Amino acid sequence: MEGNMSLSLKVWRQSNKDTAGGFENYKLDHVSPDMSFLEMFDVLNEQLIEEGKEPVAFDHDCREGICGACSMYINGRPHGPLRGVTTCQLHMRSFNDGDTIVVEPWRAKAFPVIKDLVVDRDSFDRVISAGGFISVNTGNAQDANSLPIPKEAADEAFSAAACIACGACVAACKNASAMLFVSAKISQLALLPQGQAERSIRAEKMVAQMDAEGFGNCTNTGACSAECPKEIGQINIARMNREYLGAKFSSSAV
Amino acid sequence: MATSSRLDAKIPQGPLETKWNKYRSSVPLVNPANKRNLEIIVVGTGLAGASAAATLAELGYSVKAFCFQDSPRRAHSIAAQGGINAAKNYQNDGDSIYRLFYDTIKGGDYRAREGNVHRLAEVSGNIIDQCVAAGVPFAREYGGLLSNRSFGGTQVQRTFYAAGQTGQQLLLGAYSGLQRQVGMGTVKMYNRHEMLDVVNIDGKCRGIIARNLISGELERHSAHAVLLCTGGYGNVFYLSTNAMGSNVTAAWKAHKRGAFFGNPCFTQIHPTCIPVSGEHQSKLTLMSESLRNDGRIWVPKGKNDTRPGSEIPESERDYYLERRYPAFGNLVPRDIASRAAKERCDAGYGVGASKLAVFLDFAAAIERYGKAEANKNNIHNASDSDIIAWGKAVVKEKYGNLFDMYKQITGEDPYEVPMRIYPAVHYTMGGLWVDYNLMTTVPGLYALGEANFSDHGANRLGASALMQGLADGYFVIPYTIGSYLANEIRTGKISTDHEAFVTTEKEVKDRIDKLMSIQGNTSPEVFHRRLGKIMWDKCGMARNEQGLKEAIVEIRELRKEFWSDVKVMGTANYFNPELDKANRVADFIELGELMCLDALTRNESCGGHFREEYQTEEGEALRDDENYMYVSAWENKGTEEWELHREDLVYENIKIAQRSYK
Repeated sequence: MEGNMSLSLKVWRQSNKDTAGGFENYKLDHVSPDMSFLEMFDVLNEQLIEEGKEPVAFDHDCREGICGACSMYINGRPHGPLRGVTTCQLHMRSFNDGDTIVVEPWRAKAFPVIKDLVVDRDSFDRVISAGGFISVNTGNAQDANSLPIPKEAADEAFSAAACIACGACVAACKNASAMLFVSAKISQLALLPQGQAERSIRAEKMVAQMDAEGFGNCTNTGACSAECPKEIGQINIARMNREYLGAKFSSSAV
Repeated sequence: MATSSRLDAKIPQGPLETKWNKYRSSVPLVNPANKRNLEIIVVGTGLAGASAAATLAELGYSVKAFCFQDSPRRAHSIAAQGGINAAKNYQNDGDSIYRLFYDTIKGGDYRAREGNVHRLAEVSGNIIDQCVAAGVPFAREYGGLLSNRSFGGTQVQRTFYAAGQTGQQLLLGAYSGLQRQVGMGTVKMYNRHEMLDVVNIDGKCRGIIARNLISGELERHSAHAVLLCTGGYGNVFYLSTNAMGSNVTAAWKAHKRGAFFGNPCFTQIHPTCIPVSGEHQSKLTLMSESLRNDGRIWVPKGKNDTRPGSEIPESERDYYLERRYPAFGNLVPRDIASRAAKERCDAGYGVGASKLAVFLDFAAAIERYGKAEANKNNIHNASDSDIIAWGKAVVKEKYGNLFDMYKQITGEDPYEVPMRIYPAVHYTMGGLWVDYNLMTTVPGLYALGEANFSDHGANRLGASALMQGLADGYFVIPYTIGSYLANEIRTGKISTDHEAFVTTEKEVKDRIDKLMSIQGNTSPEVFHRRLGKIMWDKCGMARNEQGLKEAIVEIRELRKEFWSDVKVMGTANYFNPELDKANRVADFIELGELMCLDALTRNESCGGHFREEYQTEEGEALRDDENYMYVSAWENKGTEEWELHREDLVYENIKIAQRSYK
């Protein structure tokens, strides 16, 4: 092992959603500042296996900040202390030798714990299924350049579309609101000409599903946007509210 | 040498340009009422899987889709950075379907099928249309039209992109189409499920055994056709740019149930990845090939130069790609760029602490863009610092997320100092052998996207993986599957009580029980790491006969050790990532042996397969078209036993030449 940092870890352990969980304390030595936070957990898990203990379950996959799987609540903040960074891209050089680090799962009614730090985020998929798409079957498309889109609109849609659906916004919010996630998709499609046909019904349906999943409301604290690893702007929530209100006034459905 | 009688590629007759059009107009159709009664299983929800599942459901088939991730949107296509090719010729720079076809065949070092690749080029334009219609926010010019950039191995600008997150945007487009069908009830989605075997009845694939990764339960799912869209097997090397969960298990199970494995040794080593920093490293991160549009690759002219890159004067730098390949310069294909970097580092010119890195430098691009901005804004007396600042802003817009990622991982700011990069395992051109319909050698079992072997030969060009994934899913399988399913309308619902389901499920369960019961001393992770080291050292960027023979012996020993000493914690009855990993590593070990065997049998160098014994005096790959212009398709005959079948490659439209980028 090549590092020289020593850490105390307080990690949430929970067998499944129906049993109570609690913190376990672990000591970890020889941590290198070049390790990512998840690599530090790999080392912890290998140590636990050697001691004959069950390793800590956590979600992770691409480890390059784009899949949205990793989801650790570190020292009271989703994805840890840095702005605009997922847990997998957080490196141990952001911590100090001798630190105590507290690691918890996302906590929200709509994200039940599966095991340890792993939560169930199926609710996000269901919100997308409710309307987060353009209803175009394969084969129907016209030539791509027959629809010029102003660069500003395309860029703005892109920055909303950069959301990775990790759920940090929900975890950060005192109300466990999913408005940043939902508004990012509504905004992306509302900003593009292709999204206009279903603009109203989309906002209505996605918001209805969001409420049905048990996410809380927005009280404009802004923690979601501050903690978002992709820095999705709060402006999207304002846009969603306009879309939703406009849709409700003219609603013929839902 | 004739093609094996066991392999019928089913390439349609007739001129290349009309093969696909004619075929898709004459392939048997299934009427809408019958489609509802035909079930299709799609395993994997990356670009190929998500687009196939959504499109087949739109057509009226009854679809079940499976992914091991917690959401279909997390499939590893999401991490593709640079772009997607299409022969739109929007830039009026001489592009055409033929040129994309030609570039792809040549880029693959003449080891891909003409018919498949031409079809790929033909549908490439439709993909862009479809994605834009679905709301994918591609990069655009001020006039509102789509922007393009260059990629390696081509001299036209045909790559469409969304910053450095093209894969993300394309996958989210396909995912939204998939979720739309899930919402309508035409696709039933099974996330956190891993396919652990295929079930064959009377020689046809009739379903799968999947494990619910939360509850640990084994489930039987029947279908009239099964589509494996499960990606590549680069993680056999342990360190790669693949996601941690990317694995070969689905494809490997299919292989062991009769699907031939095509060209397993053809792996792509990507030239521009962030170098390894230490033993703890769990994966490698790619820096998009698009960076080679603007970045210049160099090493110091003197050996063991320890000065920081920014302090080495221009006259003491060796821009070795520009020197060796003036026609393509920094945009040579990946296999060539990777080997050239290895050559320089092996010769002692590497940089950084490990000496296993070369520089990728943006200083010249920043200055060039800065001056262009000044001109655009009619400023003729701009200071140097202003020009640099404007140039950095342009570079940030083009590659911002990549630069941020680099800084986050290495702690160095690439706007100020040159990046350090080194080749890493990235993609596997090999995969399950499929015919023109994308069907494997098992009737009813298909492979799409990176999971099949078909379109990239011995080396894939940049921005072609996304193209192939979406081509297979959106525009190929929806047509070609008809030729099989049209004969299945009388089959009726397939019972999962059939003996084949019972037996296969029991075999899966026995294997899991065995893994849980060994309780040895070594974790699956440690076995994986050891396998990766053997593969990288002896079946990596350069291979030779002796090394490959040694590797086979070592892998066999590792396999025995694994099955007597692996230690899997936890239980099989609930969520257990250790068990998932053990299952995957066991299959990677077997695959590793087949890759070495394939590499050993192919006595030539081509594309990403570089056998040290076969090279030109200048160190370029030396193909042997006389003896090796074939696809190797391996049939599994039992533990550590395979039989090689050959499919000859016939080039009727392209003149075979030594690949030159000089």
